[in-house]
Amino acid sequence: MNSIFAESATIGIVISLLAYEFGVLLKNKFKFGIFNPLMIAIVLTIVFLVVFNVDYDTYNSSAKYLNYLLTPATVSLAIPLYQKLDLLKKNLWPILGSIFIGALASVCSVLAMSVLFRLTHEEYVTLLPKSITTAVGMVVSSELGGYTAITTAIIIITGVLGNMTAEFICKVARIKNPVSKGLAIGTASHAIGTSKAMQIGKTEGAMSGLSVAVAGVYTVILASVFAMFY
Amino acid sequence: MRYIKQLLIILAITCIGEILKYFIPLPIPASIYGLVIMFICLAAGIIKLDQVRETAEFLVEIMAIMFIPPAVGLISSWDQLSSVLVPFAVITVLSTFIVMIITGKTADFLLSRKKGGSADE
Repeated sequence: MNSIFAESATIGIVISLLAYEFGVLLKNKFKFGIFNPLMIAIVLTIVFLVVFNVDYDTYNSSAKYLNYLLTPATVSLAIPLYQKLDLLKKNLWPILGSIFIGALASVCSVLAMSVLFRLTHEEYVTLLPKSITTAVGMVVSSELGGYTAITTAIIIITGVLGNMTAEFICKVARIKNPVSKGLAIGTASHAIGTSKAMQIGKTEGAMSGLSVAVAGVYTVILASVFAMFY
Repeated sequence: MRYIKQLLIILAITCIGEILKYFIPLPIPASIYGLVIMFICLAAGIIKLDQVRETAEFLVEIMAIMFIPPAVGLISSWDQLSSVLVPFAVITVLSTFIVMIITGKTADFLLSRKKGGSADE
């Protein structure tokens, strides 16, 4: 199986997309938040690789092309944001303020629980950038002396968790305004959450995309300050 | 023809973002520079929405699947993760929910207050 994967430039992508479509099918059938297509795609693909004994690197030699599109796709988040320019202009300070409070809540909650669990300083700074986008979070973690590989893993898990639970959390917490939903999802679970916000609605998606950029910048500053506290 | 030009604009701005990242010693990824440049170009009218819309919407719509390969890659970092699993799992889950709820509630509060204010004007 490894050699087939090594020969093909598409098989990793086909497996990933098939797994995702299966997830969509399950979600439509059962209408449960747990049947999250992204989560199902990840689990099924891992199961497939383990069962057929395929190395991750071999799978990724074709699947990496999916990830290649991520940078231009993130740039493209400017388009839905521009389409909501009026909304952004009208509510600029509440929007920037809420994202700041969210970024602050992120580092404060990590600090409080790190003290509670008596984590080491290195483990604490590994977790500090967990809610921001991977490319920023990795750099923050490595500059503060964290374990970069774990930070990357935690950031991805945070994103998938946000993607899975966003609708449920917004409902339970009675977050009503579509702008607020978008800000909440993007600030808590970066680009992976944003891909969910885009599916919920245009306003949610646009605001979530904005939060990824703004929360990233806030967290770079907040994390370097908070790294001194524990 | 339309798609080629749209792709060109999006990739060119992405490329400018990558070049900026090379020269600016900040932990900001190329994609964020690109997002800001694209937004400014649209707002300033340098790029018209129609010159990028379909391709941008396509990329944004399929964004979810782009996270499958790196997430599947978590199997490689499992050994490192398993030693700190319980505290890290608790912190990750709780902190994500806390941030989502606090951000959303703060935004709901600030937005409704602002709406009330503008109604008086």
